[in-house]
Amino acid sequence: MSLGTFLIMRHELLLIAAALLVLIAEIFWNEDKRRYISLFSVILFGIITIAGFLPSTAGTLFGGMYVTSATTVLMKNILNIGALLVFIQSVPWLKKKENSEKTSEYFLLLLSTLAGMNYMISAGHFLMFYIGIELATIPIAALAAFDSYKNKSAEAGIKLILSSALSSGILLYGLSMIYGTTGTLYFKEVAELFGNTSLQILGFIFFFAGMAFKISIVPFHLWTADVYEGSPVSVTSYLSVISKGAAVFILIILLFTVFPAIISTWQKTIYVTSVLTMTIGNLFAIRQQNIKRFLAFSSISQAGYILLGFIGGNQLGMASVIYYLLVYIFSNLGAFGVVIAISNATGKENIDDYNGLYHTNPSLSLIMTLALFSLAGIPPVAGFFGKFFLFTAAAEKGYYLLVLIAVLNTIISLYYYLLVVKAMFINKGETPVEKFKSDFFTKLALAICVAGIVVTGFASIIFEAIKNLSFGV
Amino acid sequence: MDILTLFVVIPVLTITGILFLKDTRQVRLVSAFGMGIQLILAGVLVFAYLSARNAGNTEEMLFIKDYLWFKSLNIHYAVGVDGISVAMIGLTSIVVFAGIFASWEVEFLTKEFFISLILLATGVFGFFISIDLFTMFLFYEVAVIPMYLLIGIWGSGPKEYSAMKLTLMLMGGSAILLVGLLGIYFNSAPGGTQLTFNILEISKVSIPIAAQRLFFPLTFLGFGVLGALFPFHTWSPDGHASAPTAVSMLHAGVLMKLGGYGAFRVAIFLLPEGAKELSWIFIILTSISVVYGAFGAIAQKDLKYINAYSSVSHCGLVLFAVLMMNKTAMNGAILQMISHGLMTALFFALIGMLYGRTHTRMISEMGGLMKVIPFLSVCYVIAGLASLGLPGLSGFVAEMTIFVGAFQHPELFYRIVTILAVSSIVITAVYILRVVAILLLGPTTNEHHEHLTDAKWFEKISVVTLIGSVAAIGLAPFWLSSMIGTSLQPIVDRIVALNPF
Repeated sequence: MSLGTFLIMRHELLLIAAALLVLIAEIFWNEDKRRYISLFSVILFGIITIAGFLPSTAGTLFGGMYVTSATTVLMKNILNIGALLVFIQSVPWLKKKENSEKTSEYFLLLLSTLAGMNYMISAGHFLMFYIGIELATIPIAALAAFDSYKNKSAEAGIKLILSSALSSGILLYGLSMIYGTTGTLYFKEVAELFGNTSLQILGFIFFFAGMAFKISIVPFHLWTADVYEGSPVSVTSYLSVISKGAAVFILIILLFTVFPAIISTWQKTIYVTSVLTMTIGNLFAIRQQNIKRFLAFSSISQAGYILLGFIGGNQLGMASVIYYLLVYIFSNLGAFGVVIAISNATGKENIDDYNGLYHTNPSLSLIMTLALFSLAGIPPVAGFFGKFFLFTAAAEKGYYLLVLIAVLNTIISLYYYLLVVKAMFINKGETPVEKFKSDFFTKLALAICVAGIVVTGFASIIFEAIKNLSFGV
Repeated sequence: MDILTLFVVIPVLTITGILFLKDTRQVRLVSAFGMGIQLILAGVLVFAYLSARNAGNTEEMLFIKDYLWFKSLNIHYAVGVDGISVAMIGLTSIVVFAGIFASWEVEFLTKEFFISLILLATGVFGFFISIDLFTMFLFYEVAVIPMYLLIGIWGSGPKEYSAMKLTLMLMGGSAILLVGLLGIYFNSAPGGTQLTFNILEISKVSIPIAAQRLFFPLTFLGFGVLGALFPFHTWSPDGHASAPTAVSMLHAGVLMKLGGYGAFRVAIFLLPEGAKELSWIFIILTSISVVYGAFGAIAQKDLKYINAYSSVSHCGLVLFAVLMMNKTAMNGAILQMISHGLMTALFFALIGMLYGRTHTRMISEMGGLMKVIPFLSVCYVIAGLASLGLPGLSGFVAEMTIFVGAFQHPELFYRIVTILAVSSIVITAVYILRVVAILLLGPTTNEHHEHLTDAKWFEKISVVTLIGSVAAIGLAPFWLSSMIGTSLQPIVDRIVALNPF
């Protein structure tokens, strides 16, 4: 391995090095010093995030198994930003007594899933892709069961691992068909050899179903709500943003580069699943009482909107998907940040508990409102721009009916987001959440989210930069 | 910075200023100060506009500023005004200024109230100065969303229900509108040149007729929901009745005009052929709005509901006139927007003041108020007379022009709908005069109402500003009419060139 190799694989290697450092710290530090493990990990990861933005070179490694380009680097950087926010947000929760023993485990597991996601995005071969996806999934199951003294958390872990195993099985079955018909697993060669035979299309459908599990696209979404509800809030926020984002990134790369030959097939698939995902996610979100389940269904419907960027197979579509995920990271983590802060301070996780929140904790309510408006796509916050570009991308290829369905769906989503706003601002709570002071880390994470929600939209340079790195079929 | 961008910057600065204040009195003063500057600025704009026109500037839009925003989609921040937008900006600044004074006594969460109110105004101003469809749409939604909190927190009656209904229906309208706008955008360069959101550039190309047929209904419907187009008007009575005074004023006075203005500036102007083919559907719907709104107002017992239904009727008339697609009727449409904006704001302000004193809005529970509170009562009569179209006040000029314009069409269909719509004038007279008679004249029926106090200074400012404007338009309509007329000419030329009636 030369220095050039290191540079090409920089993101993954840095993550692995960070994981090892955290592990070493855990082993060699004494009780006193261990209190600083969270701070140490956050700073370490902050450095990695910044290092990710240093100029990079495109290249391939291991005979084409590993591919990196400006686009994949961009995607990894976006994931890093999101993960950094999750890291910062989880510090106060890790300081709690019941978690102090396993702080380093938390960071270790997160770092390894992130490494897995990065390998997945950079894959040039289906085996590499599969290794990445497994590395990304299995530690998350452990994280979901992190509150091991809670039944629900344990249940979430089991549910996640079982459904991921099932989806991986389906995915592998699809890959085996692709291998059987093309005789290769390299993306480039598969793309050349992929035709329109029925076995290949069947293989693609299985592959798509497997990915749909990861992104929680309807009808493969059933695990989502239970896992989100049972997991600790920090893990839920990670699942809903980073895991989903990584899977979206690799899916769009694969659809655009490996499966362009059957574009008309996957356009139909995306059309149907997109409509189902938005509508069902939205309709179920209306009925939720628990804020985590609520955000789970909201994130399902968000996946449905994201699929609108896929459908045209155009450069604008890819740009809007990447851009939307960046916006979505800030918005969703902003909402989760407030949920985490309240959950840490009071243990309350129901929408009813938020009644009258504005009168006791005005700034948290305002941040929540901003985040929810961004998720709903209300200007002038970034979510509006994100949704606008997604819809524009679909409209560019003439999918006006789909856009109409999507915009009407945003109205349904606005309804339930407003229900939370109503609880905070209008409803009178009998036992409102008392006034409390958040600690430094919570404030920092929320401040970054708010800045992201406000700036990402107006700063056209961000979108233009993403657009330049995107490509179409 | 150019003068038009100032119309967005000043409210934003005012909001920022309010954020740092603690004392409610200061909050009020800063709001009034900011919106006062805005009013002066609007006066300056009118003056600058007229002098530029007198100097022989015949550009379609003046004071154009254009900044590239999103390069890859050719989205610009582009502003510019013609006589019509100048008139609308003037209307908005008057109503907002009066609205601040009408809500002088808001005690609950005062700071938040004024912030939301001014945020709403920012959206409206931004909408009227935009000539880029993207920024226009952005400001349109900015204007709608503070409504939810304004009605939900400070409203009365079934406020949560009304706020949700209003927000969802208006956002639903804007959702449909978005599809229409995207359709316009992707058909804005039939020759294969650069796609654009710029209204002036789009107006120079002719969008394929198939696309026009598809996107005209979407665009018109999207704006029509905000203009209370039947059967999508149901948000209006509930929303207006539940909203606090200033919000009703702003909403009926200005926000509903966004619908009429947008329908005219985007739907008809950019898609004239689609409009010609499909306007009959909407003409029928707007005629129903006009008549149904008037009958609805007769049946109501609550003052705010009466006025809300009357707004449905009057705003229906705006859309009706726009769809007639000739110069006289369109001129009337713009006049009606301004006249109704001022008049209905005046009505809502007065109703709010009456309610603040009598604590009821039911007509049956009031009576003989003329003797007790003469100032407010006289103002109410003036508002009523303007509303039923008495010559000398703004309503007459507007409605007269609309009906003359509509009657210029020789076809039987147009004749019939015009006659139907004209009948609304009679119905309007019925409900206005009935209310005035019961409410103000005769003996004081309710003994609790015998010792009410008349208008306070801030209420007088609010009311006098509005009445002065109503009377000014009524007595000297020609300067306004000619300002609008010159700007309408190029638009009408384009429409007529495409559809010789």
